[in-house]
Amino acid sequence: MSASSKGTIVLIGVAIGIYALKAVAPSVLGGRALPRLLDGLARFAPAALLAALVVTSTLADGRRIAPDARIGGVIVAGLALWRKAGFITTVVVAVGTTAALRAVF
Amino acid sequence: MSPSTLGGPESPSAPRPSTDAYDDDRRAIRRRAVSISVALIPFAFAFGISCADAGLSVWHAVGFSLLVFTGGSQFAAVGVLRDGGAPASAIASGLLLGLRLLAYGVVMTPHLPGPWWKRALDSHLMIDESVAVGLGASDPSNVRYGYRWGGLSVFVLWNISTVAGALVGSNAGDLIERFGIDAAVPASFLALVWPRLLDQRQRIIALAGAVIAATLIPLAPPGIPILTAALAAFIGIARSRRPDGPNATPPIPSAL
Repeated sequence: MSASSKGTIVLIGVAIGIYALKAVAPSVLGGRALPRLLDGLARFAPAALLAALVVTSTLADGRRIAPDARIGGVIVAGLALWRKAGFITTVVVAVGTTAALRAVF
Repeated sequence: MSPSTLGGPESPSAPRPSTDAYDDDRRAIRRRAVSISVALIPFAFAFGISCADAGLSVWHAVGFSLLVFTGGSQFAAVGVLRDGGAPASAIASGLLLGLRLLAYGVVMTPHLPGPWWKRALDSHLMIDESVAVGLGASDPSNVRYGYRWGGLSVFVLWNISTVAGALVGSNAGDLIERFGIDAAVPASFLALVWPRLLDQRQRIIALAGAVIAATLIPLAPPGIPILTAALAAFIGIARSRRPDGPNATPPIPSAL
């Protein structure tokens, strides 16, 4: 099979599967009150999901934990937020710190 | 507005306050949405390049960014193809990485009311960044506004940059690392979770989610650690069953 036709098959398969994953809760549950358990999840899962995104996007390289200069950037971002920095400032200092650390080490 | 009305999923149907705070919240949301999508430009560019590396056409690259529109799953599927994997395993790795979208769907459902076709269109915008910008809204009636701004602004820039990358086809990975752009992503997520950390219960849940995710990184395929971290929500659910426990999430002050 050519790379191109393989690519088309994978594109269609992933597109359908991912859309199903995205749409299942809004289409099945939408317009009605959430069941009690899912309501609890909808209230409390965001903090856990966002924190997990911070961790994986800082530490993970595929299935490896690959600590690198990003950690320094995220720590400085945390300090900036603690000093009440805004969103853009926070992101810029994280990028700058990480670039500086990589340039030095 | 009392804390209990601010946090609950029933709030989106509440009457819209037309106040300065409400407008400030929307302005902050737009600023966050645009800066996140700008930060993602190099990644979409890199995705276009990895498609070229895998022997795929520009049309395939754009097809992925338009129709799959989930960065991690796009990279995973094309990465398997590039390494010579079978289509079935490319599809499986893309979908495995996307399982966390189930959890996002549950979280977003209360904020996505309307007829089925609107929910169907809104669902396509469901990515890490749209959910994060939506949940970063101070006013619960702005969650969908943030979700759509985050989703649409990323959608536009993500697709344009994918085409550029697929056409150029040089090595962007080095540039992303040298300029520290890869740190923009975790810093954005940290800024978006920050206001929730002011509440003790949310802080415990966030910490538990972070520990679960970190523990699972080496043990499970990418995507699974994030999905599993959602289980930390049960700490909050268990606590809110107690008769004296507060029953709603706290107000989320604006991060800006």
